Amino acid sequence: MHELGIVFYIIRDVKKAAEENGVTHVSSVVMNIGEVSTIVPEYLTDCWRWAADKEEMLNGCELIIEPIPAVTHCDGCGKDYPTVAHGKTCPHCGSEKTWLLRGNEVEIKEIVVPQSR
Amino acid sequence: MDEVKVIELKKSVFEANDRDADALRGELKERGVFLLNLMSAPGSGKTTTLIQTINRLKDKIRIAVMEADIDSDVDAVKIKDATGVESIQLHTGGMCHLDAEMTKQGLQALLVESRKTAGAQRQMTAGAQRQKTALLKEESQPDLVILENVGNLVCPAEFDTGAVKNAMILSVPEGHDKPLKYPLMFSVCDVVVINKIDVMPYFDFDLEKCKEYIHMRNPKATVIPICAKTGEGVEAFAEWLLKEVKNWKAK
Repeated sequence: MHELGIVFYIIRDVKKAAEENGVTHVSSVVMNIGEVSTIVPEYLTDCWRWAADKEEMLNGCELIIEPIPAVTHCDGCGKDYPTVAHGKTCPHCGSEKTWLLRGNEVEIKEIVVPQSR
Repeated sequence: MDEVKVIELKKSVFEANDRDADALRGELKERGVFLLNLMSAPGSGKTTTLIQTINRLKDKIRIAVMEADIDSDVDAVKIKDATGVESIQLHTGGMCHLDAEMTKQGLQALLVESRKTAGAQRQMTAGAQRQKTALLKEESQPDLVILENVGNLVCPAEFDTGAVKNAMILSVPEGHDKPLKYPLMFSVCDVVVINKIDVMPYFDFDLEKCKEYIHMRNPKATVIPICAKTGEGVEAFAEWLLKEVKNWKAK
């Protein structure tokens, strides 16, 4: 359900960008999805297939997901570490003064369209 | 192979909603209406807490309620019957949250419905077909509109509704470690109400640990323990809300 809502937003933004560029059909959409963004990639692509095929412009259009690994920064020692493996606590110094550097993205990176001749 | 062209977007999916939400907040500011977005897991006591809170505040300020659910109008009717304030039911059409545009549609419906009976239902329309219109002007408008969001701790946290403040209810049976499991929800809330404190002896719920976990996510969050059933502590939440409404109107 969550992913379907996100898909509606993606469709809206992609259609807008396509129209602005005078494009009538989009071949693929590339997404940057952060590892801790709460999006399940498989659900997103499933919802995408269902919803995109209902749109003339996006019929058969593929959704490609490029994952972004989550990285947390520690203010205690200044080092970065992988979020999923260690969570809130810094594995280098044990500090809990840490914050997410990246990995929360739900971003449309680019759309791929057939080249007009 | 056909030649292709790549159009770079680099655009957050939440960007358009964040913009809509800021615009809605601006409009509410201009009209002097305070919008509270109330979130929680299903069954934590949102509706009961609201009834208790509204009954303590309804003689001081004008209040209206928007109930968002996937289906039915039980909550809107319950609020109307128990408090007498205006309440409307919003249906999300299967969606797990409300976004700024849906909230705006709800506010428009609420202001139009304010002279009719409560319990009216609004079916939301999906993203692309939504109409962008300004809120209607009405003379007798509420000071405080409370949006009871869909019971869910994941999606509502990601979508700014345009509310002035976000509140969430965590009930004792859910466990004191919930802030660790749903960090985003706790980081976006201005106030966390801990409900059902009357059953604390029966659960391994550590209030101090819970506060610590909430403040790890959000150092500025106000934590208010209550029991909506008996009314214990509800006064503190009502006072917080009244103060915030007054601040918003005065600023």
